[in-house]
Amino acid sequence: MTALLSVKDLQVTFDTHRGPVHAVRGVSFDLGRERLGIVGESGSGKSQTGRALLRLSAGNGRITADRMEFDGIDLMKASERDMRKIRGARISMIMQDPRYSLNPVVKVGDQITEAFLIHSKATKREARERAMEMLATVQIREPEKVYEMYPHQVSGGMGQRVMIAMMLIPNPDIIIADEPTSALDVTVQMQVLALLDDMVRDRGMGLILISHDLNLVASFCDRVLVMYAGQVMEVIEAGNLHDAQHPYTKGLLSCVPELQHPQDMLPVLKRDANWLTPLGDAND
Amino acid sequence: MTDTTKSQPSTGLHAWLMSPTPQSITQARCQRSYVSWLVFRRNPIGMTGLFIILALLFMAAFAPLLTATNGLEPELANRLKPFSSEHWFGTDQLGRDIYDRIVWGSRITLYIVGLVSIIVVPVGLVIGTVAGYLGGWVDNALMRFTDIFLAFPRLILALALVAALGPGIENAVLAIALTTWSPYARIARAEVLTIRKSEFILAAQAQGASTFRILRRHVLPMCLSSVIVRLTLDMAGIILTAAGLGFLGLGAQPPTPEWGAMISTGRQLLLDQWWVPTVPGIAIFVVSLGFCLLGDGLRDALDPKNSGT
Amino acid sequence: MQMIEVQNLNVTFGRGRNELRAVRDVSFHIAKGESFGLVGESGSGKSTVLRAISRLTRDWTGTIKVNGAELSYRRDKATARRMQMVFQDPYGSLHPRHTINDILMEPLEIHRMDRREERVLKALDEVGLEVGLRFRYPYQISGGQRQRIAIARALILEPEIMLLDEPTSALDVSVQAEILNLLKRLQRDRGLTYLMVSHNLAVVAHMCGRVAVMNRGRFAEELTTDQLRSATPSEDYTRQLLSASGRYDRDTAKSFVSFE
Repeated sequence: MTALLSVKDLQVTFDTHRGPVHAVRGVSFDLGRERLGIVGESGSGKSQTGRALLRLSAGNGRITADRMEFDGIDLMKASERDMRKIRGARISMIMQDPRYSLNPVVKVGDQITEAFLIHSKATKREARERAMEMLATVQIREPEKVYEMYPHQVSGGMGQRVMIAMMLIPNPDIIIADEPTSALDVTVQMQVLALLDDMVRDRGMGLILISHDLNLVASFCDRVLVMYAGQVMEVIEAGNLHDAQHPYTKGLLSCVPELQHPQDMLPVLKRDANWLTPLGDAND
Repeated sequence: MTDTTKSQPSTGLHAWLMSPTPQSITQARCQRSYVSWLVFRRNPIGMTGLFIILALLFMAAFAPLLTATNGLEPELANRLKPFSSEHWFGTDQLGRDIYDRIVWGSRITLYIVGLVSIIVVPVGLVIGTVAGYLGGWVDNALMRFTDIFLAFPRLILALALVAALGPGIENAVLAIALTTWSPYARIARAEVLTIRKSEFILAAQAQGASTFRILRRHVLPMCLSSVIVRLTLDMAGIILTAAGLGFLGLGAQPPTPEWGAMISTGRQLLLDQWWVPTVPGIAIFVVSLGFCLLGDGLRDALDPKNSGT
Repeated sequence: MQMIEVQNLNVTFGRGRNELRAVRDVSFHIAKGESFGLVGESGSGKSTVLRAISRLTRDWTGTIKVNGAELSYRRDKATARRMQMVFQDPYGSLHPRHTINDILMEPLEIHRMDRREERVLKALDEVGLEVGLRFRYPYQISGGQRQRIAIARALILEPEIMLLDEPTSALDVSVQAEILNLLKRLQRDRGLTYLMVSHNLAVVAHMCGRVAVMNRGRFAEELTTDQLRSATPSEDYTRQLLSASGRYDRDTAKSFVSFE
């Protein structure tokens, strides 16, 4: 499988008045038309990795990488104009809470239409029709009604479907989903993931799913990168979670309460200071 | 995320202010102020404003040392002299040194601004927080009361009050205060409405705290920074209103060197001896600007997003 | 006699057309020293039940009894000493301008308790925090530490009942494990009664012996944790919730229906 996206030694550093903060320290991976999960706790650098791929890090962030290539395009050297053509059209990003990622004063349907118009030369009418189609594709019943709604009027699950519609309408090659289901109820979570599942499979896209939930990601993705303190601790094939080697991964797995395995006290993750030391290029 | 900490000089005071384990409440509060100060210091606009205001305070405090005369005695032989090494800002129509009058006038400016602040801030805070927290008819009643004062044009009300009470600085202060307090009540109320349903308020309620305690210890501290920023930005307006009243002869009475009154008495001389009304005008401008810049800097420094709170 | 007894609790917000019945006819009881869980998705009314019991809202009708005594709409100090609450958001529940010391002293001052310094130090120790944190501000400590402070603050009044509103939902899993262990240990050491609300079935099953599943303001089902584990819930809603809490499975996800 040829790599759609190839990243080698990605580093993201933020210059704060308290000194430089190394959010991402040497992350490397290749992404084909597959599902890659990036899992970590808060502060692990997983979200920052996702943003860096689209060069969307905050103002004071510096991104460096030996290689960050998408379909033959060098993302590190691309101009801002070129990046804008890529963002949304070829690589899309879905974020966590639709309440905050959707424009609150624009109707939901219009936002989807706009997403389409930015990257195509269609007329407004055509774009509107496509938006309606997309709403139906993401399994929203009564798309005409929902089109006219504002973000605050739609539920969390519906808002996320709208986001998916918005991000998929330009037919990108890769989707980066940053905690797309964390703000949703479990049943809705499953339904939204099933939707993503279908869309990714039908269109042959690459998916990077960023989450804090290792079990969920492992059951959904093909491969999982486990991150800690800006570095990748381990790469697991999804079916082999129980074969995880790194003590951090094992600790993370064992400290989650499981319905079917009652325990009195939960094993506590002991952080090893050694995990903070730079790993060099041991990961690929 | 890993942090590389800059190496800090471990001198006494600095270490005390940056220590990660403060030992007392005083130390904690000093540390917090210090961090805010560090944020403020990075803003050149705010620092300029601070410098101006500090200069004003310095001038007011050391007026006797900075001036040759008290600026009140007429010296008719010296009338209307332009800038010179003897009279830096020249003399006015009664021969008084304008520089000396400006310096002594800074005390009056500070007096007016200080008095207004002491009245306006507590009144606005109390009314705003009570209205915002209690809601219902109390909120309605208090806000309508506030609206009444908001509706008055400042200068007109001041004129009416001074006409009723007689001219003088204190009456001018009262007039200004009465027309200035309303926005503070609104600001305080707006802050309270945002935090009223916060979990820390709920936690205090769950512990059995009385309404008074919640208002005093939980609600009020959250409103303070907005109110202080607003006050600093308002200072310019207060000074100008005082100057306006002085200009109309309703504030400080002659021979008090209030800057507005100085402009007024000198306005006939604008074309020929321009320095007589212009210098006090520049002084008012500089001080107003100073407060505006300071307020801007304060707002950025007190904004929770900037100071890492 | 039950520690907590709730009968016919109804919570309705708004009036007329905007009326929202958040809790509908809920009844349950909790024995002393027991851990009872309320599980449900958003909008199920589970947090609202806690708000009614703690009288942080007045829009309820029904009977709430604590240790046999019926509660009124007014929050009173005596009940505050028996029953305390830990909130979900570890940052939001601590006043941003108060130091940890202020936060822990507050309940002691309100209830005019003695030996305050001693109690504060003991509280910090019990939740596993070092004394050096005492004069820090909430933004200077981590999420897990903040939640420990929230627990310490609730415990410092020596209550018998703890109402836990999603206490670990905002925390990383590794921190969650520590907090859950802490809560369990405290319950054992002090014989506390817990009423815990969560959307996470595994967490609730770990902490509680009996569980009520809520949906749209009603109890869909009340069952023991063993019944939950052995997959013998009688209600479809509970079954659906159970399968949604496990691993992702496309066909299972497609089979979900909405229970209105």
